[in-house]
Amino acid sequence: MNWLRKNLIAIIGILVLIYLFIPIAVIAVMSFNKPEGKFNISWNQFSTDAWQNLCGVPGVCDSFLVSIQIGLISTVVATIFGTMIAFALVRYRFRGRSSTNLLIFLPMATPEVVMGSSLLALFLNLRFPLGEVTVIIAHIMFIISFVVVTVKARLQGLDPRLEEAARDLYASPRATFRYVTLPLVLPGIIGAALLGFALSFDDFIISFFNAGTLVTFPIFIWGAAQRGIPVQVNALATLVFLVALVVVLTSQFVSYRRRKSLEILPEEDRSPATVDVMSRS
Amino acid sequence: MRQVDDLRLDHLTKSFGEMTAVDDLSLTIPAGSFFALVGASGCGKTTTLRMVAGLEDPTSGRILIGDRDITGMRAYQRPVNTVFQSYALFPHLDIYENVAFGLRRRGIKDVKGPVESMLDLVELGPMARRKPSQLSGGQQQRVAVARALINEPEVLLLDEPLGALDLKLRRQMQIELKRIQTEVGTTFVHVTHDQEEAMTMADTVAVMNAGRIEQMGYPAEVYELPRTLFVANFLGQSNIISGAVAGSDGSMVTVSAHGAAFRLPGDRNSASGAAILVGVRPEKVTLLDAVDSARVPAPHNRVDGTVTDVSYTGVSTQYLVRTPWGQELTVFEQNDIVGDRAAVGDPVVMHWAVEHTFGLEP
Ligand SMILES: Nc1ncnc2c1ncn2[C@@H]1O[C@H](COP(=O)(O)OP(=O)(O)OP(=O)(O)O)[C@@H](O)[C@H]1O
Ligand SMILES: [Mg+2]
Repeated sequence: MNWLRKNLIAIIGILVLIYLFIPIAVIAVMSFNKPEGKFNISWNQFSTDAWQNLCGVPGVCDSFLVSIQIGLISTVVATIFGTMIAFALVRYRFRGRSSTNLLIFLPMATPEVVMGSSLLALFLNLRFPLGEVTVIIAHIMFIISFVVVTVKARLQGLDPRLEEAARDLYASPRATFRYVTLPLVLPGIIGAALLGFALSFDDFIISFFNAGTLVTFPIFIWGAAQRGIPVQVNALATLVFLVALVVVLTSQFVSYRRRKSLEILPEEDRSPATVDVMSRS
Repeated sequence: MRQVDDLRLDHLTKSFGEMTAVDDLSLTIPAGSFFALVGASGCGKTTTLRMVAGLEDPTSGRILIGDRDITGMRAYQRPVNTVFQSYALFPHLDIYENVAFGLRRRGIKDVKGPVESMLDLVELGPMARRKPSQLSGGQQQRVAVARALINEPEVLLLDEPLGALDLKLRRQMQIELKRIQTEVGTTFVHVTHDQEEAMTMADTVAVMNAGRIEQMGYPAEVYELPRTLFVANFLGQSNIISGAVAGSDGSMVTVSAHGAAFRLPGDRNSASGAAILVGVRPEKVTLLDAVDSARVPAPHNRVDGTVTDVSYTGVSTQYLVRTPWGQELTVFEQNDIVGDRAAVGDPVVMHWAVEHTFGLEP
């Protein structure tokens, strides 16, 4: 009883983690399955066919690459514009600033179905051919909001006196941005870009409305689901998960290292003798 | 030592909307001097420094170094550097790079020598590869000084750089700063709340009030002879008795106040009309038991009174004495007397030399 009380939180935590990771684990495990029929549902036999022949099913790799491409292009564009908007909103007072601040939240608050269908209506009205371009336009639109919000928060936390100090120390406006502002805001921008890419790669609803005949990875899976999802999808999904995991772990590691190097040292460590050792490590 | 020029502010004014933060300020700060700017909170000290640094545009007026007008120059073009109150060290750069920042921005490739000797000057050599957040407050402050000084500015602005430090470290840093200033011969403009700090460190003290300089001069000069009521009360304490000029004989002015007569040298009188405030510093006043009143030297100013409060502060004792007209005057006495001190309720006589008396415009 006592043991239970002490470890209850840990047990609950582990249960929740299991709950969160079971689907991912199932996907990964099933990528090594050799299904009996069309449906990769029950375990049959171990095999690495799917991994050895990732593009074995027609359309899988094409749609995967399409999604990657869309994600990269829309993330880059949205990050650049979103960062610029964030700077404008934080640094300058202009007419319409507060309403811009509000409007920038709209794409995040609008239900995706509404946004996807309205965009479709717009493109149809303009007789704009549906395809990769329309999907990219749609993705840029909602990623920008996330970038603006993330970068804005970072910028607002930036002490304006640091930039004044840079100017005082002979840094032109350009050099101030290059050597002080950008390095301090960069973690926010990178975070925003990673989030943006994930959102774009993952998006189904808005893409589906505006893709026309284009098949993105989520659209491919959706289509395949009705006929039986090929094992390659599991393998690719596992691959994406692994890549994401590496990215997250790397960023955690980097920020851990940085935090560690910024940590206030205990008093006895402040003597010059230990400093030398420290600074070399 | 290199040639440096005076810093001159010429009718400098800065308004924020309705509010005038700096009001028609004109002054010359001699090259290589240690200039202290003191004043109550919000009187415009920081604004003045920011204008000199180029971080704030003056509403009107000019800033000159020697004969060069730098008013229109951008902050990064001025031969002026600032030690900010909050230090504003770059958190993403280590100490070495913080100090090298100014040199690098001016395109100087070989920074190693100067940076290392500057770090040695502020005794932070072994800390070169640490980040600012790994340093103590005093160490950060020294980095801030080093980062500014390495550029060999003609003028170094210090905006309450010691404000965040405890008393002991503060005294230590004061000595350090003064040493560095003597060593490099740069003009230091030092803003501080601490009037004692201003007086011990500076060659010239300027007392600022509501956007204007009320008085400036050698610290001892300003302290011994305040010219306005604000200065008399801001820089140290003063006893102020209001009265009217009764006449002047030769170089002496006679004042009658509350039925008593006071005399002061004419050149120590700043009052222009008949109304006058007679002032004296508390430590200049001597206290005598009423029965010994015959021992008061004849030419001294004197006031009878009753002790209402005695507080012992170690080095000295502070008395509050009520005058016959109900005002309380402060008296500091060194604790070098043998025997009993005056006690609350004792009738006493206060007296002080005519030469220690000053007259102010009410
Ligand atoms: N950017 C600004 N906008 C409006 N008013 C300002 C601005 N900066 C300063 N002020 C006002 O100008 C006056 C002088 O400010 P300043 O910062 O120069 O005071 P200070 O003498 O440095 O005070 P402290 O000793 O508290 O630092 C203050 O009343 C302040 O409110
Ligand atoms: Mg200030």
